[in-house]
Amino acid sequence: MTITRDEVAHLARLARLALDETELDHLSGQLDVILNSVARVREVAAADIPPTSHAVPLTNVFRPDALRQGLAREEVLAMAPAAEEGRFRVPRILDEV
Amino acid sequence: MRELLRLPATEIAAAVAKGDLSAVEVTRVHLDRIAGVDGEVAAFLHVDAAGALAAARSVDEQRTKGEPLGPLAGVPIAIKDVLTTRGVPTTCGSRILDGWRPPYDATVVRKVRAAGLIPLGKANMDEFAMGSSTENSAFRPTRNPWDLTRIPGGSSGGSAAAVAAFEAPLALGTDTGGSIRQPAAVCGLVGAKPTYGGVSRYGLVAFSSSLDQAGPLTRTVLDAALLHEAIAGHDPLDSTSIDTPVPSLAAEVGRDVAGMRVGVVRELSGEGYQPEVEERFREAVALLGDLDAEIVEVSCPHFAYALPAYYLIAPSEASSNLARFDGMRYGLRAGDDGVASAEEVMSRTRAAGFGAEVKRRIMIGTYALSSGYYEAYYGQAQKVRTLIARDFDAAYQQVDVLVSPTTPTTAFPLGERVDDPMAMYLADLCTIPANLAGVPSMSLPCGLADGLPVGFQIMAPALADDRMYRVAGALEAELDARRGHPLLDEVPAL
Repeated sequence: MTITRDEVAHLARLARLALDETELDHLSGQLDVILNSVARVREVAAADIPPTSHAVPLTNVFRPDALRQGLAREEVLAMAPAAEEGRFRVPRILDEV
Repeated sequence: MRELLRLPATEIAAAVAKGDLSAVEVTRVHLDRIAGVDGEVAAFLHVDAAGALAAARSVDEQRTKGEPLGPLAGVPIAIKDVLTTRGVPTTCGSRILDGWRPPYDATVVRKVRAAGLIPLGKANMDEFAMGSSTENSAFRPTRNPWDLTRIPGGSSGGSAAAVAAFEAPLALGTDTGGSIRQPAAVCGLVGAKPTYGGVSRYGLVAFSSSLDQAGPLTRTVLDAALLHEAIAGHDPLDSTSIDTPVPSLAAEVGRDVAGMRVGVVRELSGEGYQPEVEERFREAVALLGDLDAEIVEVSCPHFAYALPAYYLIAPSEASSNLARFDGMRYGLRAGDDGVASAEEVMSRTRAAGFGAEVKRRIMIGTYALSSGYYEAYYGQAQKVRTLIARDFDAAYQQVDVLVSPTTPTTAFPLGERVDDPMAMYLADLCTIPANLAGVPSMSLPCGLADGLPVGFQIMAPALADDRMYRVAGALEAELDARRGHPLLDEVPAL
């Protein structure tokens, strides 16, 4: 067993996914199978092999620091779940209700 | 003239340029076809008839004014729904983006518009491009025009089905682990994944940023080369886009392959491969030999680890990329009852908005990146990525291109693998190595097995996309000549 149901529940909290009990049960079994299978990468990855994060090595890509038009505020807010006073309206982010 | 719907894009564009056909007429015929067959095929999530006709009228006006038209002007195109389209719904096949109309066009969409192509609408896909069957679309599965009980491949299954069902002559797809090439293979089409960085990712809603590339799905190699040229090129809006000139690809179609060294990848065959798929593949390799290409068997020993490495790297990047879907700035917001905190609303929104496969991959990625497991999973997968790139480098010391079957099997029945993620993942066995190494790769049809198309995969070194078009063009011409007609002539009537 690579992963327990409790660990799956913990991961779901980290990933901000409010999974229900059925989903947790189902996912626990599936993640265990998948993680056991992908763990095979350890068979060949020796210590002296450098990691590759990106196929094309590019560093410090800059563009000219020129002014350009951004997106129109009304257009962006028109697609927001909630907007108020020209801003995104979000649920409470502090503790007090 | 062949029936308009079945014409290659190049012939449609030529007829529009000469004035034999109007772009509006071409567009109307395709919109009618969509209205007639898409109920069965379900290739489109959204059809933008008004936008398409407006774009067509503008091409016709350009022609009347005597302005020069590009080689694909007036040709309709289906756009995978992972590419943003200004003012036109873009869902990525997900409930979490249901109803979102982006305020901007993806660079590739801007480029196809500028080339005079006519976007017909948005093509169905596996949610956030995660899948190999289009069954992970939150809205409906797409069906394979060769057999409506089978999958059209994925994740660009809607794009592929639209082209194979003659609803659009061309389509744009995206390919993270095979999502252009695998649908092309199982639908009997040409599909190409460009060199990573060859095509801008701006406006391609990110799944796995170090792997995603947009590319063409078409009925002919020449059409693919022209569409690839139209979308390629450096883009200051994508910092990973490569600053080199657009490659000349269409000019390669029609050249011979005499003296080219073609490497058959030993590891991409054997157990798990459908015998008839291997037969069609070997016959096509023999044809290249008949055309005086030099056939060599090469070994890429670490390709066997590509699939496990991919299923760590792609979910890891996805778990990070999909954090943007937090219900705050766009898309769905669920459970905002005035009492729940932002964090609770975020968790409820993501639980309600994402489907099973997306949740599965976010969870795998969160695990692989979490402290204590990072080195054992994600870190090791990155090392395998190095080993695979080295395998490619060594192989390209011996040969000009590498070839393999595109997929181990032909299209499987809808529903067969939905509850078995590992079986579903195997569909990308042959296509994943090219994504991990960033090299270009394409698929073209090489025949039928039990009435279903088989794909032939060609891989080339980074920035040598032209080489794969040269081989594909020669093979397509020889296959069509021997068969007496293009393979798609055999697709059953809808």
